[in-house]
Amino acid sequence: MSEVATHTKVPATPLELMREPLVANQRSFGWISDRVSAVTEGKTPKWWWAAFVPSLCLLGLLGAMLYYQIATGVGVWGNQHPTMWGWDIVNFVWWIGIGHAGTLISAILYLLRQKWRTAVNRAAEAMTIFAVMCAGIYPAIHVGRVWFDWWLFPIPTYQGLWPQFRSPLMWDVFAVSTYFTVSVLFWYVGLIPDLAMLRDRAKTKLKQFLFGLFSFGWTGSNRHWSNYEKAYLILAGLSTPLVLSVHSIVSLDFSVSQLPGWHTTIFPPYFVAGAVFSGFGMVLTLLIPLRSMCHLEDIITKRHIDVMCKVTLATGCIVSYAYIMEFIIAWYSGSAMERFHFMNRALGPMWWGWVMMMSCNMLVPQLFWFKKIRQNLVVVWILSIFVNIGMWFERFVIVVVGLYRDFLPSSWDYYKPTWVDVCTYLGTFGLFFTLFLLFMRFLPMIAVSEIKGVTPQADPHHPEAGATGGHS
Amino acid sequence: MSAIFPKWTNKLPLMIIIGGTLTAGAVTAGVWYYFTPKYFRVGYQPIQPVAFSHATHAGQLGMDCRYCHSTVEKSWFSNIPSSSTCMNCHNQVLKDDPRLALVRESAATGKPIPWVQIHRVPDFVYFNHSVHVNRGISCVECHGRVDQMEEVYHAKSLSMSFCLDCHNDPASKVRPADKITDLGWTPSEDPNEAAKRQEAFGKKYVHDFRIESMNNCSACHR
Repeated sequence: MSEVATHTKVPATPLELMREPLVANQRSFGWISDRVSAVTEGKTPKWWWAAFVPSLCLLGLLGAMLYYQIATGVGVWGNQHPTMWGWDIVNFVWWIGIGHAGTLISAILYLLRQKWRTAVNRAAEAMTIFAVMCAGIYPAIHVGRVWFDWWLFPIPTYQGLWPQFRSPLMWDVFAVSTYFTVSVLFWYVGLIPDLAMLRDRAKTKLKQFLFGLFSFGWTGSNRHWSNYEKAYLILAGLSTPLVLSVHSIVSLDFSVSQLPGWHTTIFPPYFVAGAVFSGFGMVLTLLIPLRSMCHLEDIITKRHIDVMCKVTLATGCIVSYAYIMEFIIAWYSGSAMERFHFMNRALGPMWWGWVMMMSCNMLVPQLFWFKKIRQNLVVVWILSIFVNIGMWFERFVIVVVGLYRDFLPSSWDYYKPTWVDVCTYLGTFGLFFTLFLLFMRFLPMIAVSEIKGVTPQADPHHPEAGATGGHS
Repeated sequence: MSAIFPKWTNKLPLMIIIGGTLTAGAVTAGVWYYFTPKYFRVGYQPIQPVAFSHATHAGQLGMDCRYCHSTVEKSWFSNIPSSSTCMNCHNQVLKDDPRLALVRESAATGKPIPWVQIHRVPDFVYFNHSVHVNRGISCVECHGRVDQMEEVYHAKSLSMSFCLDCHNDPASKVRPADKITDLGWTPSEDPNEAAKRQEAFGKKYVHDFRIESMNNCSACHR
């Protein structure tokens, strides 16, 4: 009774200022648990097999390609003087860029108290981890003699040989491995309460054992929650600088060199924005089909899609600014080689790469200004694929177009990838989707415990708290 | 709900952490110690076809290394002497000794004695003896006190960091040109005094011999 009395004192929020709830249709806690668990507990849907089998085939293709190029040497790639970095680096940067949305969503949006993140963070973090794994393949292979990969790490050996600490390629090793480690830890810590939930729901002994093992004896006690929240906050704090540092350092691989088109100070922020842009593109590509396949429309609502479209638009505008600014600086620098490079980028023999980049990354996101488009999921999904394509071409333009016409015109050569390049790239999709499909089938792909906290009934001041919460 | 795991599993994380740390530490220490040329190359002493004693020839008799290894100053390669070099003395000294049967046979037929090579750098390493010997680097730096060995063994590691120790600081190893084959030579009997003198003339010789001590990869890996 007293609750009702206090409510009459506070002026009611006008309807137009009310925020749409993050979980639609006033779903209860129990419904959320059941719905998310159903994906892992129910029968394997046919579409899952339809996606998994081709993915597994592509993974096999990746294995075959890796065997072939390790056994033969990286000469099987299209890399040829003067284009000594080709699809290997393009794909490395592309995958690692995709890996940026996960940590941005999980860390930065967590610190900024953006509650909508809870619906998408688990899947986005998984996407991050798998994308970084795909990315990691390329630098490991492109050194040629993979059995010496451990030389990348500063280990005191009888050779007295140390990595070149002044090289950004070295910084890359640390940046990417740190990023991967922290992302995995972050993802896993978040998983623990939900694994415990699946353990408690499990019907078979094996499931109980496995989920029990991986939930580390979670009981949901106050002490566990308190430790959990602290650990999560610390990891969010650790990950936040990593979101910015990893792709900054990837950009330094280029900008520390002395090549026109690479040697620019705009690269770190431009690369980070591009990475977030491509990452959100991939999140949209993955989650839009997934939400309807797994019947999660009430959890990943149209509002979530809308917000992610806006992030894509914002980062798309930042990269567009960078694309234009590069041309202006090339003109303003007065350097003939710099000017030539950018004219060559737009009008040279590989003009199509630049056109693809500009249309997919600069023009396509502008459609997200319109709410009608942001609400049309089919259109959003198609546009998100264009974002992925555009960001691939951006890296292609930077890497290949940056190299194939160097300072010495006699060494100019047109770059062509080989079938091994193409099959390896397709193979990394196999790795990515195999892992992602396994993840979504066997682990809770929505952060159940977190999303309950952002439902209206979780707020102790909610008038209906206790009425719909907990049961029904 | 009945417990899924027995009670002792509460200790499992601690056991894993301690066990894992110990295992990782042991593996690291093992690799560190055993997987180095210091361990698997130093002390290598194959049985040679002729029991030639360096201690007798270079030590006791005081023969110069270059009497037998005559190309060391002129070539990248330090030669193993032909049997005829041995016969210069041994056609008079111990000329009927059964231990020298193989040497006499080799000198007569021209078929070389199958000595077993002890010191060997990998194929991808270019090492030039004459450059080192002519610039004040003694045999002893890489081969040890051969003049005290009955039969030669691998005394130093010859690992890459072993090379780099000197290439990074040649002044600490360089010596007067006439003392190259004097394996027991030190600047002074007193270690403190020796260090002081080494420092003084080390710099001078590095300058005089025009020692570049190249540290770039292609100096050795050509």
